[in-house]
Amino acid sequence: MAVPMVCYLILSAALFSIGIFAFLIKRNIITIFMSIELMLNGVNLAFVAFANHWHQVSGQIFVFFVMVVAAAEAAVGLAIIISLFRSRNTLNVDQINLMKL
Amino acid sequence: MNLAIFILFGLLCLGGALNLLLQRHPINSALSLIVVMSSLSVLYLLLGAEFLAAAQIIVYSGAIMVLFVFVIMLLNAGEEERTHGSQVAYLAGIPGALALFTVLASTFFTLRNSFGNARLGAFVATTSDLSRVLFRNLLLPFEVTSVLILVAIMGAVVLARKEH
Repeated sequence: MAVPMVCYLILSAALFSIGIFAFLIKRNIITIFMSIELMLNGVNLAFVAFANHWHQVSGQIFVFFVMVVAAAEAAVGLAIIISLFRSRNTLNVDQINLMKL
Repeated sequence: MNLAIFILFGLLCLGGALNLLLQRHPINSALSLIVVMSSLSVLYLLLGAEFLAAAQIIVYSGAIMVLFVFVIMLLNAGEEERTHGSQVAYLAGIPGALALFTVLASTFFTLRNSFGNARLGAFVATTSDLSRVLFRNLLLPFEVTSVLILVAIMGAVVLARKEH
């Protein structure tokens, strides 16, 4: 039994929307950062589904580059979070509202 | 069989994403995100992306999420405090996210006949297909990304270093 392609696309839309939702209502900066990763994963699923639909490898190349950039982003972002925690002693985004100490 | 695997791992994926949203402790959110990413790799296998399925496990669930869990434990992040966030985020953002999902899902649903079915094995991009495109046509972007990774490593070291 074959899976309709639209199921994959709706799943990817659901993952992306849940990511936006979590990004907006979460208060912990690490969880907010994780919801960005969730959104990237939702987009990746859509890319792979379209690559399958049009029998093109380029969709998967896009996903490869998204993964690489996400890895770089996670390294830099978590380093920023660590240095932020050292100076503020909090992870709550409501208390992180000044650029200078 | 194909449909059963899709339903199982699609539900696992959706459940993990909802669990990320509902949990208040960051470590629980991180572990449910690992569930999402691992089940997505099974969906990639169903879609014939075997290299990406391996890369998803190795890079996402392996490297990125381990980094997240490591930072959560390093900072000893406790339960999320219930504070009032921005009113704009609640009033415009949450209906906006729901509206975005509705628009995307209804658009995909109206186009469902032109998308057709994803049969197992109808399109399999092997690692050699992928690397042929990557190293012949897209060599410059590939090299630029490696420089990006190098810059990111140095930036992370500089940012996370202890100040004297």
